[in-house]
Amino acid sequence: MSLSPDDVKRIARLARIEIDDSQALASQSQLNSIFDLIATMQAVDTQGIAPMAHAQEVYQRLRADSVTETDHHAAFQAIAPAVENGLYLVPKVIE
Amino acid sequence: MKWETVIGLEVHTQLATQSKIFSGSSTAFGASPNTQASAVDIALPGVLPVLNKGAVECAIKFALAIGATLNRINVFDRKNYFYPDLPKGYQISQLAKPIVEGGALKILVDGEERIINLTRAHLEEDAGKSLHENFQGVTGIDLNRAGTPLLEIVSEPEMRSSAEAVAYARALHTLVTWIGICDGNMQEGSFRVDANVSVRPVGQAEFGTRREIKNLNSFRFLQQAIDYEVRWQIETLEDGGRIEQATVLFDPDTGETRMMRSKEDAHDYRYFPDPDLLPVKLDEDWIESVRAALPELPAAMQLRFQNDFGVSAYDAGLLTGSRALAEYFEAAARACGQGKLVANWVMGELSATLNKAELDIMQSPVSSRQLGALVARIQDGTLSGKLAKQVFEGLWEGAGEVDAIIEARGLKQMSDSGELEKIIDEVLAANQKSVEEIRSGKEKAFNALIGQVMKASKGKANPAQVNDLLKAKLQ
Repeated sequence: MSLSPDDVKRIARLARIEIDDSQALASQSQLNSIFDLIATMQAVDTQGIAPMAHAQEVYQRLRADSVTETDHHAAFQAIAPAVENGLYLVPKVIE
Repeated sequence: MKWETVIGLEVHTQLATQSKIFSGSSTAFGASPNTQASAVDIALPGVLPVLNKGAVECAIKFALAIGATLNRINVFDRKNYFYPDLPKGYQISQLAKPIVEGGALKILVDGEERIINLTRAHLEEDAGKSLHENFQGVTGIDLNRAGTPLLEIVSEPEMRSSAEAVAYARALHTLVTWIGICDGNMQEGSFRVDANVSVRPVGQAEFGTRREIKNLNSFRFLQQAIDYEVRWQIETLEDGGRIEQATVLFDPDTGETRMMRSKEDAHDYRYFPDPDLLPVKLDEDWIESVRAALPELPAAMQLRFQNDFGVSAYDAGLLTGSRALAEYFEAAARACGQGKLVANWVMGELSATLNKAELDIMQSPVSSRQLGALVARIQDGTLSGKLAKQVFEGLWEGAGEVDAIIEARGLKQMSDSGELEKIIDEVLAANQKSVEEIRSGKEKAFNALIGQVMKASKGKANPAQVNDLLKAKLQ
């Protein structure tokens, strides 16, 4: 599989990364070399081997359901660009 | 052309845990903005999610309650999109290996039973809230809700009318509150419904193009939104138009749906397994201990009520509308052994009075024991239905126990036939004209006389006894 320049631009848009044409070209060749690596790995015969969701065959540890956090919003909001009445302010979004 | 409606529902239920799905923040509703949003919830760099056992247990309960498959190994994925109330830039959800698959729910529509199959149910985190109203040109973000555990429950597209969709949503609402995994509060967004709606000519095998109505937070809106959407789709098709796949919003003020985004703007979520979370393994001991702790479920209780108390299937359905109502009914019915009569009182006088006072069954001033005692006094002939209503009013006002109210207010049904005969003789003497009419065959006049006797006894006479005595005297 190899990516076209349009694929690269689409991926950049989905990731909210602004790139120009020359950057897209550079990224295209870098990404394609990653795909080459993936192609090499996919050539390995995995018939009969269950897919893994994680590199290690261990399972998630679970937390007891209890409230352990306290309110730190003042500290968090001290580094926020804009805050009002305890709310973080962001440019207007309407859907 | 005849059209068939096809509906599938996706329901987001907020799970009734103390803490969030991946952090130890409180999930309590209504706190000041951002006071329940920890470093994990607001996605500060370097933090890691740790899964809440309570949330997983809710999903296990649900799977057992609907007879679904529990995936012993299930996996969390990242669903990527950008929105300010989603601080990480992705939602942790489950795509390829959800915790619950399959299962079914029984619904009752117009007296007919139907089985609706479920596709899946998966665990995920809720987003924060965006507040647009109070600000000029900016949006306020409250992340208290971010990370609240959700179980998203997806049905097969098996409903064929808005009535069936509402019946399914209600049955699901009853079940999740019954087993205690969700508080069911729709005003607070604990139970949110998305409806996928399409229409097709009757007899056509393929589905039509669907539109998804988002975020319906009442059963009434669900019904209105589907009805409007179905009408709109049929009109569009009959006018020669086409339905484009889209996401729409329902506006309760206009009763209409309007487009939010078309298929072209549809999100490309680029799901992949979340490397921060390992696969979840459910061991059999855990599943069995959850199974053992499950309460009796609504469907089983309905059958038992029909068998033990002789109530109809329809009444059994109503009485199991919530676990609290079912427990109330059963306690009252056991207290007096009169299930059918208790059912009538619970669904009649009690429900009506609770509705009028805007109280739910848990807040009822009349306890199940008191209602049972009241029905026992109807059964043993102490009270007529009419007198019983007066005693009920006394119970509601907190005037004491049933027998004390009967005594204090002199509400005992007249049992002394001598006293009653005296009243009847007086009524007959005063209504000679009616007596003659009856003797000449006018049935109507007889009922009028019964009314007169009841009135003269101040409602305390036993109507059946009056009927018998009056008949004997007029022979």
